[in-house]
Amino acid sequence: MAEAKAAQPATMFEKIWRRHVVVDRPDGYTLLYIDRHLIHDGSYNAFQRLAANGMKLRRPDRAYATPDHYMPTNTRDKSTIADPNHKRMVVGLTEHAAATGVTIFDIGDRRQGIVHVVGPEQGITLPGITLVCGDSHTSTHGALGCLAFGIGSSEVTHVLATQTLWQRKPKAMRVNIEGQLGFGITGKDVILAIIAHIGAAGGTGHVLEYAGSGIRQLSIEGRLTLCNMSIEGGGRAGMIAPDDKTYEFIAGRPYAPKGEAWDRALAFWRSLPSDDGASFDREVTLVGPEIAPMVTWGTSPEDAAPVTEAVPDPAAAPDAARRDGQARALAYMGLEPGTPIAEIPVDRVFIGSCTNSRIEDLRMAAAVAKGRKAQIPSWIVPGSGIIKEQAEAEGLDKIFTEAGFEWREAGCSMCVGMNGEIGRPGERIASTSNRNFVGRQGKGVRTHLVSPAMAAAAAVTGHFTDVRRMLPA
Amino acid sequence: MTQSSKEQPPPFERLTGTAVAIDQPNVDTDQIIPARFLALPRAEQVAHLFNDVRYREDGTPREGFPLNAPTAAGAQILIAERNFGCGSSREHAVSVLVDNGFRVFIAPSFGDIFHNNSFQNGALPIRLPAERIREMIDHLARRPDARITVDLEAQTVTGPDNWTQSFEIDSFRKQCLIEGTDDISLTLSYADAIAAHEQRAAAETDWL
Repeated sequence: MAEAKAAQPATMFEKIWRRHVVVDRPDGYTLLYIDRHLIHDGSYNAFQRLAANGMKLRRPDRAYATPDHYMPTNTRDKSTIADPNHKRMVVGLTEHAAATGVTIFDIGDRRQGIVHVVGPEQGITLPGITLVCGDSHTSTHGALGCLAFGIGSSEVTHVLATQTLWQRKPKAMRVNIEGQLGFGITGKDVILAIIAHIGAAGGTGHVLEYAGSGIRQLSIEGRLTLCNMSIEGGGRAGMIAPDDKTYEFIAGRPYAPKGEAWDRALAFWRSLPSDDGASFDREVTLVGPEIAPMVTWGTSPEDAAPVTEAVPDPAAAPDAARRDGQARALAYMGLEPGTPIAEIPVDRVFIGSCTNSRIEDLRMAAAVAKGRKAQIPSWIVPGSGIIKEQAEAEGLDKIFTEAGFEWREAGCSMCVGMNGEIGRPGERIASTSNRNFVGRQGKGVRTHLVSPAMAAAAAVTGHFTDVRRMLPA
Repeated sequence: MTQSSKEQPPPFERLTGTAVAIDQPNVDTDQIIPARFLALPRAEQVAHLFNDVRYREDGTPREGFPLNAPTAAGAQILIAERNFGCGSSREHAVSVLVDNGFRVFIAPSFGDIFHNNSFQNGALPIRLPAERIREMIDHLARRPDARITVDLEAQTVTGPDNWTQSFEIDSFRKQCLIEGTDDISLTLSYADAIAAHEQRAAAETDWL
């Protein structure tokens, strides 16, 4: 563990990677050990393939499952799932978990929720580990100082069978946010500003480490939101060095170390942050105080602008390809160039998803909703049963329902709409989720990505509004 | 065949055929196959490749969408702009392309997970310089029946004007494609190394 050759400064990514190498092949491929594996109800085929090939799950003690994608969020009764294919996914997860001995937080268990909310909440996500899941937003977990990335279904089967993955080592990129963030600015605004800056493919082939005073300032919830959307900037993973906020967040969680083991773990965790002088393949810096509440106007997360600005004019785009792309996006979104973003009317609001459904997100939305009335249909979908309970204990559900918001059960819901919860063609949705792709929230639906506070502000005003004017000081 | 079995295409060698160009950057996997089709059995997904951009509300094909051109039938090569296959990790995006006959994807860059998923399904993703992609897309606009040759062994793409461009591929992935090797069987040959790692890690990070 303590090697003599500590002379070469290393990045946090490098330190974690090195500890998990099982085999380094001369052709540049590495067999990487996976410490913890998260599984959701979309993993049906991966389990089926394992069984069909007569293979056993190597480490059932390292896998944790919870249904999130296919379960409706207006009920906790699996028998009411109307679509037989959806029901097969949800019920199949229960059966596969029972057959293989995997821990499951099932429907009806208060610990059930969105897999990327449940991992950190249960203390499954810990600094220094490798963690994977068959879902691109697995980058979320890196907020606690681990290496976490999304994989495909065949790779899920590979991890189930071998607890390893073949990987080519990604490059490392550091994204610095220098200077304090302004009042009302959240992790969501920061990551949208970053993606607008580097582009949707800006981090391709890289693990992104977020650093700087603007990052340290963020709560753990804010950091989880930030790392969650690393994939939307093309990043293989996102990570943030653990600090005292991290340790405080983890302490006492069910699957986190306790007692003497905690002390040993803590000593190890403190060795993880990138060394001074560690070199990154790329580095970009954004000025923290300049970041404003962000709203996406197009059909890629890179199409983001401050709420104080206007919809861009494709004619001003730097090249023909971008001009065509922007024009296509605006046609789909039904927007005219030059329209102030704050004048765009909204038809519906969705507050939830693995990006923004944690307790801090709900508190911020409630602070805006309190004493006001939703002008449009607005849903609140908590990230887990535990968050739902906590919010109810704090009276947030009352604030929301009195303001005309709908208070629902935990799941992915309208972020991806796999459970049938989608918008209508042409509907314009202010959403706290992570993707504004064409058709993401239903065929023809127009998605604008925003923070929970900005979504709540849109709900009570009926259009995008600079939430900094509405938040209690 | 059941939907759970992975339909591994035959080992990859050399391929000459027609191509379809999707002249857009950032084509995400939600567009390649929308979420509402993911729970369908694989055999029923095949009809839904690019469903929402390819078909109108009433199910009739939208003219102008490249896959609806008569010359698209039988194409084995798909050419696209940067960041093809970004977004969701859904492997269905690759399998539905493979089930529609595509074996090669050529773009300036790919979403990382889509890139990995391609190899898992016997498909070859090739990164070529953006200018070369532009040339190919422009050529296909004039001559949609142009033929392109991909030689994996030689790591070359030969275009319709008879230019030849070499491409990079990890030798590990190249070997797996040529031999049709299954990753899991390969990994299981390292079982001792995995066990040794687990023993070492159990001592060092015993809280996991």
